[in-house]
Amino acid sequence: MTVRSGALRRFFDSKIAVASALVILGFAVMAVFAPLLSPYGPLEQDLANNYGGPSPKHPLGTDELGRDTLSRLVHGSRVSLGIAVASVLIGVLVGAVLGLVAAYYRGLVDSIIMRTMDVLLALPGILLGIAIVVVLGNGVMNTVIAVAVFSVPTFARLVRGSALAILELDYIVASRAVGASAARILFGHVVPNSLTPLVVQSTLQLGSAILIASGLSFLGLGVQPPNPEWGAMLSKGRELVRSTPVAAFAPGMAITLVVLSFSLLGDGLRDAFDPKLKRR
Amino acid sequence: MLRYVTRRILEMFLALLGTSILVFLMIHLIPGDPALLVAGLEAGPEVVEQIRRELGLDQPLYIQYWSFLTDALRGDLGTSIRMNIPVLEEIVDRLPITLTIAVGGTILATLFGIVTGVLAAVHHNRFQDALVMVGALLAASTPSYWLGLMLMLVFSLSLGWLPSIGIRTPAHYVLPIVTLAGQSGGIISRMTRSAMLDVLGQDYVRAARARGQRERVVIARHALENALIPVISIVGLRFGNLLAGTVLVESVFAIPGVGRLLVDAVLWRDYPMIQGTMLFVAGVFVVVNTATDLLYGVVDPRIRVAGD
Repeated sequence: MTVRSGALRRFFDSKIAVASALVILGFAVMAVFAPLLSPYGPLEQDLANNYGGPSPKHPLGTDELGRDTLSRLVHGSRVSLGIAVASVLIGVLVGAVLGLVAAYYRGLVDSIIMRTMDVLLALPGILLGIAIVVVLGNGVMNTVIAVAVFSVPTFARLVRGSALAILELDYIVASRAVGASAARILFGHVVPNSLTPLVVQSTLQLGSAILIASGLSFLGLGVQPPNPEWGAMLSKGRELVRSTPVAAFAPGMAITLVVLSFSLLGDGLRDAFDPKLKRR
Repeated sequence: MLRYVTRRILEMFLALLGTSILVFLMIHLIPGDPALLVAGLEAGPEVVEQIRRELGLDQPLYIQYWSFLTDALRGDLGTSIRMNIPVLEEIVDRLPITLTIAVGGTILATLFGIVTGVLAAVHHNRFQDALVMVGALLAASTPSYWLGLMLMLVFSLSLGWLPSIGIRTPAHYVLPIVTLAGQSGGIISRMTRSAMLDVLGQDYVRAARARGQRERVVIARHALENALIPVISIVGLRFGNLLAGTVLVESVFAIPGVGRLLVDAVLWRDYPMIQGTMLFVAGVFVVVNTATDLLYGVVDPRIRVAGD
């Protein structure tokens, strides 16, 4: 308990960590209450007022179909954050299971799993994402899977590493000797002890997930228009920049802000949980 | 050293093999008949059958993979469905543009990263440090395609200093290179700063200062030279990432490079072209990363000792 409350105190002592947590909380609130917060529907067209500049009715202007940029941005937070969270969750679950299995059984199983992870890690994220979209097709669910596959190897390596270290500890060796089952050892001892690095890495991974998902959607290979995913909002970017710069500015700024906040939050969590690692 | 090199090269071939299997399996994992996919949906049944025989799609999977691999090693990456030309020919045609942008981006990111990183470390915990760290983190968090759009907005559309799209003159390369360099510049800057801080805290740097060496000499000769070792490895890794990053940047600036070739191939479902470009870019990525590791071992003897 003292360790946890110490970590909590260290976390709240860091202004940057708290600020980034607040930014993310703000976006999360925006995502949950999107219909209440946005003045228009995300798909509501007003062709007479397309490519409109900022005005009291449309603070961030309108796009090529006269849709309100602010409303799309607010609704887009649901899609962008949703994809990031879902893909990282899948990545953590699949990665953790693979890492645990590899560490527990060692030998051939370990080699096969980890060499496969090496191949996935050997490819740049965006390329891996494109490869998966080629196989599965585009759309929200397939974008989630594409980004999840990109996250799996990172978590598999992380969990395998900490599991190997924990499995060496005397009390684990002892409980194995008295015949504790694999499930009991892995989920009773190994998983709880690997949680901290998992939480930190997941937070950092959320930022990368948003960058890759929105990149795919920008290319027209991920989430498809008219869905207001932030990257997809920029898929007509060049025309938008010429006509309504603010409508091109806003989605990218939102992505940057969220990605930045996730990496600051991840750093803050790591420093709070493990002060030994604290960077200068 | 020999064992270290052998192991790394072995790992490289393993990664290349894995990549080729992944790329090969891609069209077999797509639901539907691969021959129909390759022929295109408009193709008649005779054409589909002909393609099935030509590509050996009626053969067992491992025989298909073997011929895919040996063909690729001989430089035969298949023929584009949409353009009806050899895939490799088109890649080689477009490669100079993409390489120029990727190499230019790497050089710019490295220069920017090292200069700002050293600046931050030397002025540790002061205003310059904070400024560089905020800027570097912001750069690392910005999606490249959006940075490109914003640079286009400012420098082409508003100021009219630089051309916005296409790639006809040297001036056309400026914005894409800056765009591509953004994220990596931020990452290298953070790396350089922490490497410099590590080195500046070492005894031999304190000793050099104690001997009365001028601060400039201490920083340039004693600290920077050693701090650059870990930075090199990051630069190598970044090059591979930047090469893949051209996929996004070439789309922003409508540049007919290899990155755009891949995206168009996906949009047109030109499967041989998808496989070829993917194999090519991923292959270069893996080889460059290995070369970086080997170089790292040459520069820093501790690595190869640990690797033995």
